[in-house]
Amino acid sequence: MRIEAQFLPPTEAVEPIRLLDESGRLAGGVEAPLDSARVLEALRYMMFGRAFDARCWSLQRQGRLGTFAPITGQEASLMGSALAVDPARDWLVPQYRELPALLRHGYPVERVVLYRQGHPEGGFVPPGVRVMQYQVSLAAQLPHAVGLAWGMKLKEESGVAMVYFGDGASSEGDFHESCNLAGVVGAPVIFFLQNNGWAISTPRAIQTAGSDIAARAPAYGFPGVSVDGNDLMAVYLVTAGAVERARAGGGPTLIEAHTYRMGAHTTADDPSRYVDPEVERRWAERDPILRVQRYLAGLGQWSEGTEREWNREIEAEVDDAFARAARFSPPRASDLYEHVFAEPTPSLERQRRWHLQAPGGEQEGG
Amino acid sequence: MAEMTMVEAIRSALRFEMERDERVILLGEDVGQLGGVFRATDGLRQFFGPARVVDTPLAESVIAGSALGLALAGLVPIIEIQFLGFAQNAYHQLCQQLARSRYRTRGAHPAQITVRAPFGGNVRTPEFHSDSMESQFAQNTGLKIVMPASAPDAKGLLLQSIRDPDPVLFLEPLRGYRMISGEVPEGNYTVPFGKLRTVREGDDITLVAWSGSVPVVLDAAEQLSERGISAHVVDLRTLVPLDEAGLVDALERTGRCVVVHEAPATAGFGAEVVALLQEQAFYSLEAPLRRVAAPDSHYPLPGVERDFVPGAHLVVRAVRETLDA
Repeated sequence: MRIEAQFLPPTEAVEPIRLLDESGRLAGGVEAPLDSARVLEALRYMMFGRAFDARCWSLQRQGRLGTFAPITGQEASLMGSALAVDPARDWLVPQYRELPALLRHGYPVERVVLYRQGHPEGGFVPPGVRVMQYQVSLAAQLPHAVGLAWGMKLKEESGVAMVYFGDGASSEGDFHESCNLAGVVGAPVIFFLQNNGWAISTPRAIQTAGSDIAARAPAYGFPGVSVDGNDLMAVYLVTAGAVERARAGGGPTLIEAHTYRMGAHTTADDPSRYVDPEVERRWAERDPILRVQRYLAGLGQWSEGTEREWNREIEAEVDDAFARAARFSPPRASDLYEHVFAEPTPSLERQRRWHLQAPGGEQEGG
Repeated sequence: MAEMTMVEAIRSALRFEMERDERVILLGEDVGQLGGVFRATDGLRQFFGPARVVDTPLAESVIAGSALGLALAGLVPIIEIQFLGFAQNAYHQLCQQLARSRYRTRGAHPAQITVRAPFGGNVRTPEFHSDSMESQFAQNTGLKIVMPASAPDAKGLLLQSIRDPDPVLFLEPLRGYRMISGEVPEGNYTVPFGKLRTVREGDDITLVAWSGSVPVVLDAAEQLSERGISAHVVDLRTLVPLDEAGLVDALERTGRCVVVHEAPATAGFGAEVVALLQEQAFYSLEAPLRRVAAPDSHYPLPGVERDFVPGAHLVVRAVRETLDA
């Protein structure tokens, strides 16, 4: 008898879940998972995020702000997921492109301003705010989120951890190790992948030969789902489902939100070297903010007048964020010596004394 | 007091602290059912259950990285890296994430985590199991580095490590797990960080060592005493924090010093000790400071490891050259 080896075939791409079409119409027969009050709440954060990007971009070009990663284009992916978690008990573990989600979870916006200004105080997380600091070393935040979720489970708390990362980070070893451990211990963690099409200049097709990144989840023993990341309703629906399952002891979920980075990777990037303008135009038609505004207009809850009024209010909120950051004292050389250890070591203390007493040692930084 | 080997002292400290503080959990490869490949966690799973003594997948990076999340969730994790050489697979989590978490959050998210790992040679392990990497970690501030050389210190420093608010790399000389034994105090016994231990008093030369090199240096001191040379031997116990005042004091007793370690010489921690003594005790020096270390080669297959790990005969030779200088 000749035995034929059975090989598992590569996975096929699936159509991402979508509820709202580009003109803001709900798919036929679908009940909106968010009422209009919550959609308005989300839209406010989405518009704030985009306005904050624009302000930071302008300040960065004037040399008044450091390099940062804009969120423009990813607002629905961020707010659809953020609305599904509870700031009082759940943890949000960001990468660096999640501003409105962090604000909704209670992280103070002036800390983000300070961080982008290069002020050490920009790293502080106030007590009670269940947000980890931005993570710049890609995928390194995934093991932390697994530990948080697992720890809450061990302590028999009801919280979940939601960790954000991108298509580029999904190629890192920490992605694999984290999914694998989370599956084994049944950690209540939501791996929220924002597939925005690019890792700086590297397109999604070069990150992996697989179909969907979400398709890896079943191999780790938990579900994965692919969703239109520019659809606030659909992102909320799948994330709320994942959170509910995690709270009930059902373990992790991998959500792949298909979205698009409408612009540069960071202020230091030049996407004109690698992005096809035609592709950019197509994605502009799928703008997640326009989609929500059209949906609300269809309900009679959005108008040009409301938009003008919101834009005015949001500009004032951005002004206020920078004003609050300006109240912090400028950074000092002595900041280098604080919080390295709970108590400084003898060598650190010796270095501090010498450095700060030398002429010109202690001075205000920029 | 009870006579214990080093590995028994470690196990007794783990058990004591897990009974005292229910936030403490152990995780690592083979630490549960098997009790660890060196039995350092033997019996603990039966005592504290599989939720507190966790067999993890074979994945050093997420073992280390998840510990930061566990700590943020309010637990006190002790992780075991089965052999220090494999900590390379977790290097970014240990050195970039755990070590820097307190600093980059202005104290908001400290990492009270103990990382236990055996290391060191002359036990005929396979490749990559024996490397001494302490100086690689010492360059990463925020991480404390604890390297006991005796059974009572193994217990006292481990209890101190678990309770320390910073991440601690607790390195265990696997050659000493069963070869080194001593009287270990019962109960709540701690040894403070940053205080070196005088192992042997002497007047002619100061020998500085830590962890598995301490018995080598004591062997050399014994041989030297037969030739009428009296060596003053100190065990650093912790590299970070380093007992700077204690080192200067030990040097000033004799004016001569040889530092001995198992890691390769270039940029090894001996360079740090020598630089410190040169900066802080230059006018007490009677002779050039010396290092005895492994060559700048790779840790070999077992057939030549006795030539790689510095032996007492090389310490004796360096001492004689220093005294003749």
